[in-house]
Amino acid sequence: MTGSLRTFVLLLSCFAFFASTSAYAEPRKKFSICWSIYAGWMPWGLAADNSIVKKWADKYGIEISVVQINDYVESINQYTAGKYDGCSMTNMDALTIPAAGNVDSTALIVGDFSNGNDGIVLKNKNSLAAIKGQKVNLVELSVSHYLLARALDSVGLAEKDIKVVNTSDADLVSAFNTADVTAVVTWNPLLSEILAMPNTHAVFDSTKIPGEIIDLLVVNTETLKDNPNFGKALVGAWYETMALMSADSEAGKAARNAMGKASGTDLAGYEKQLATTKMFYQAADAVAFTKSASLKTTMQYVAEFSFDHGLLGEGASDAGFIGIETPVGIYGNPKNVRFRFDPTYMQMAADGKL
Amino acid sequence: MKKLINCVPGWAARWTLGLLPFVLCLVLYLVASNARLAENQHDKLLPSFSSIAGAIDRAALTPDKRSGEYIFWQDTAASLWRLTLGVGISALSALIIGVLNGAIPYLRAPLSPFVTALSLVPPMAILPILFIVFGLGELSKVMLIVIGITPFLIRDIQQRVLEIPSEQLIKAQTLGASTWQIIVRVILPQTMPRLLASVRLSLGAAWLFLIAAEAIAATEGLGYRIFLVRRYLSMDVILPYVVWITLLAFLLDWLLRKISRLCYPWFHAQTENA
Repeated sequence: MTGSLRTFVLLLSCFAFFASTSAYAEPRKKFSICWSIYAGWMPWGLAADNSIVKKWADKYGIEISVVQINDYVESINQYTAGKYDGCSMTNMDALTIPAAGNVDSTALIVGDFSNGNDGIVLKNKNSLAAIKGQKVNLVELSVSHYLLARALDSVGLAEKDIKVVNTSDADLVSAFNTADVTAVVTWNPLLSEILAMPNTHAVFDSTKIPGEIIDLLVVNTETLKDNPNFGKALVGAWYETMALMSADSEAGKAARNAMGKASGTDLAGYEKQLATTKMFYQAADAVAFTKSASLKTTMQYVAEFSFDHGLLGEGASDAGFIGIETPVGIYGNPKNVRFRFDPTYMQMAADGKL
Repeated sequence: MKKLINCVPGWAARWTLGLLPFVLCLVLYLVASNARLAENQHDKLLPSFSSIAGAIDRAALTPDKRSGEYIFWQDTAASLWRLTLGVGISALSALIIGVLNGAIPYLRAPLSPFVTALSLVPPMAILPILFIVFGLGELSKVMLIVIGITPFLIRDIQQRVLEIPSEQLIKAQTLGASTWQIIVRVILPQTMPRLLASVRLSLGAAWLFLIAAEAIAATEGLGYRIFLVRRYLSMDVILPYVVWITLLAFLLDWLLRKISRLCYPWFHAQTENA
């Protein structure tokens, strides 16, 4: 009896410990970030493999482990649950998952925006207006859904004019082969695979809403505040990797080749994906983008879409419930800021002060 | 002194001991949840019971803001309909094929090895083919359940038919019964309760296939909702849904057992506790 009681108490304390490990706020030495496969995030794999992250972490006397997670949503959930200090995600998911879950998050690095990487495809029809009355297969509540909402808006339609069918991204390509599926919204590389099929028409893509689907490295605001070296090391490593991958040299080509292989394609395939991704290779470009007034407008659209779909949490009273801080000002409730765009660290990289 | 294997708990003790693991789970959950909530009062991973109650209220007791439907009941109805249809079709076809397979050697010879092989194919691995054949609508969800559990049921029924003592079959023949009469009057009645027993065992797999199908492409259903809100780590919605699915599965199992006891009391007299 005492034995089983001891086991029980042990289990309880394990749980309590497990649940409280994220409590430490004092300066730390060890950090971890996670990322998942996507054209704009492949540099994290490269930076980890080529010891670029290690080099910069050593410079600031810390340790950073970079972990690849196969499932994108799972990686964000793990970050939100406090298992990682940072994670790669889009601007919309950063607002609706960690920020809505009360994890104050900062976009440390603005890596790129989708410039054709997301699109709407119709079978046998070649105008967007023809989508009216169709069933549209997509990953519901994802950036695809946001793109669809913006597209419908542009031709004076609303979501009630179509029927959204939630479809797993893993099965979208095979689903498109069936007669039931006539319209899909998806991202690359699935998008180019679907467009390679006969009788398909890309009727709308993210080039028509430039700079609205943004790929970020998001870190926990509190962790960043307590450990500026964590932010400096990450940003330093990122822009060194950017310089390497954008170089027109043998080394640059080898880097792109390695990233292509890691994302399941080859050099040509990866360069094709990069062509529809507007990468900010220069820190100064990323800073300029972050400081532009249009970022705030974009976040307003995203917040409105998220609120309409109940993604800001049940307590949310309006689209501005969660404050979003951008360099030009705060969108929404200034007393409840939980998502911040902070160009400070990228500015340091641009000024060569890292 | 009484031996341990002969110490039988009484009625009250059995209930208390039976409930104990559930209570322990609840306590563990409460402790872990409180620890996480103490740090972040909006923690989504292990929400408090009050936020779970709020989620239940929004899903089951208040009409949805957008569609005006009660999404919880809508999901339940959609999922139960798919499940009963899938399991029903599976049970019926398993009964027919299984009995014929067991009774007629010339049918068994070609079919039995094939059904055995078929039952070993993991349906989830050939999903893209299933999509193209059955589309993405209701049919494909029901068919995934059917493909998933029918071969198993057929094999089981066939085995049960073969286990019928040959004396019975010989006796029926000496009384002048034809093949058809033997199947209908001797084999079928003895197979029915065994079919119900195997259906009960296959319900777990049926739920698994249903939820997998709903996760892939759907507009409603219990599995659809779970996979949709998983994106937002809304455990306050997921946990009640999981409890509800468990409860529904338990009720279905209990219902089948009751039907079996009511219709085939002789079967339960020989195999008590079955």
